[in-house]
Amino acid sequence: MRQFEMEKRTTRDAYGAAVFELAKEDPSIIAIGADTTHNIGLRDMTQAMPDRVIDVGIAEQNMMAVAAGLAATGMKVWGGSFAPFVSMRALEQFRTFIAYPHLNVKMCGGMGGLSGSWEGVTHQSTEDMAIMRTIPGTTVVYPADTASTRAIVRALDRFPGPAYLRLGKVPFRRIFDDSYVFVPGKANLLEDGSDLTLIGCGATLARCLQAKDLLAEKGISARVLDMSCIKPLDKDAVCAAADETGAIVTVEEGSVIGGLGGAVAETLVQYRPVPVKIVGVKDVFAETGEHEALMDKYGLSVADIVCAAQEVLAKKKG
Amino acid sequence: MIAMTDRTETLKRTAIQIRRDIMDIAAHCGNGTIHVGPALSCTDIVTALYFDVMNVDPQNPLWEGRDRFVMSKGHAYPALYSALAERGYFPREELLTTRRINSRLQGHPALGKTPGVDMTSGSLGNGLSCGLGIAWALKLQKKNAHVFVLLGDGELQEGAVWEAAMSAPNHRIDNLTAIVDYNHLQSGGSVENINDLHPLADKWRSFGWKVFEIDGHDIDEITDRLRLAKTFYGRPVCIIAHTVKGKGISFTEHDNSWHSRTATQEEFEIAMKELDVQEEALGPVPLKGGVWDETV
Repeated sequence: MRQFEMEKRTTRDAYGAAVFELAKEDPSIIAIGADTTHNIGLRDMTQAMPDRVIDVGIAEQNMMAVAAGLAATGMKVWGGSFAPFVSMRALEQFRTFIAYPHLNVKMCGGMGGLSGSWEGVTHQSTEDMAIMRTIPGTTVVYPADTASTRAIVRALDRFPGPAYLRLGKVPFRRIFDDSYVFVPGKANLLEDGSDLTLIGCGATLARCLQAKDLLAEKGISARVLDMSCIKPLDKDAVCAAADETGAIVTVEEGSVIGGLGGAVAETLVQYRPVPVKIVGVKDVFAETGEHEALMDKYGLSVADIVCAAQEVLAKKKG
Repeated sequence: MIAMTDRTETLKRTAIQIRRDIMDIAAHCGNGTIHVGPALSCTDIVTALYFDVMNVDPQNPLWEGRDRFVMSKGHAYPALYSALAERGYFPREELLTTRRINSRLQGHPALGKTPGVDMTSGSLGNGLSCGLGIAWALKLQKKNAHVFVLLGDGELQEGAVWEAAMSAPNHRIDNLTAIVDYNHLQSGGSVENINDLHPLADKWRSFGWKVFEIDGHDIDEITDRLRLAKTFYGRPVCIIAHTVKGKGISFTEHDNSWHSRTATQEEFEIAMKELDVQEEALGPVPLKGGVWDETV
């Protein structure tokens, strides 16, 4: 089983750095945070161009509606706070004042998934992807590492409208390099296979690739799809995976209700009813702990993925 | 008695016409209820903004240099839609599609759907933040334009208002004016009984705002203070406008059942007669150059 190196920087750092890069090129870009600009990697941008980084203080609802006002006046807004506060406390402001008028605001949720780790459940966010996905016209993305985060920020900059990016508080495993390509609404086929397809996003992608290796040792050929963009969902890639491999396992660092698994299942049940297993956090709150240890404990270990793959394969054959 | 200026009189006539439109919407838009009282309460303020104070171009509603209006108390949409129609943003006839299916005039103001609407509103407590964002962007873009945000008094019970109220003066956003429509009634009854705002002016002052209190139905006082607010330097202005819910029609004033309901044809006709009397009391319509037109 291959191993992936732990990155030194977080995807939050990469996000802020990428926004800073864009801001140097485009005077209409402005960043905003709620006492969180340093948390989402905007420290350098704040020092270099203080007028272009707004910190409204610990007031997420204000941050969100101010972002709406900025965007309604022609600014391209990149902002964020911690995932539970962006996706829950200020959800209505995002929904009504940003998404409803389809304004060009990209909001990130740092501490996405279980990466809030030692902060505990208050700062973790296993619901955000499912919540944000229900808002019309909103792009929802969970990058796997820093290189892909940079590519995703740059791609979303050319894709007007509201978006939610889930980011990590702690470093993730490095999978990609600067050649990573992101197209909103498109999956990336990472490695092909014929018996089943593993679909992951964010911090689960490395584990999907490791599970592929373990499955190969058992003579099982798994395709691995990078579904960093869970909305718009790449229905073509999901249907092709169903047609060509006949069984699907989704792997997400969040609730099994309504997120990546829900999105994929909604497509499959309507267009390609094949056996599916949804690997994720099983409708419980997690606890304090190291990020990867939490993933292991709450149903997202490589062994959990392998087990789900074997179950779905048995159903396919049965 | 000191004669009214032409400007004052014209604004008064316009406000009367907007009240006619509001009652027309309330009586003739189908089965859905209409927020009559909240609209009549702020009609004079909205009239002053769109017909005197704000620098706007109805032929070019997205003109970047325009002053902006955020109707944070979005449930006063009948006043906003009527003012926009009378100002020429869209045909008056369209007012009767308010709240109907396939209409550009949504149940609450919607950015991008209605010409002239500068921000989505209706979810209370958020308009001041939206206005703050607009004002901030205008400053960054070095545009000399002003943002007016109209808040309901009951709306001030929303905590998010005070997030914006705290941050605007701290960031010296002085191209932003908050106007509180202080009519003392909210949907469920008296503001004082439900969650009192007193002392309201002190609250805004303590957050760093320059506060003016005005009679929200005295058109001269409204325009004077709004014009002053527009040029006020260094910090934002809050204008507390003392108003009467349902103002301008005898049976809607102070009667909170008009918060949201339809008007019967009979009520509509009585209202039209009352508004006609009010307009007649202003005297004959002046023509340009100060010549009175006795034929109108």
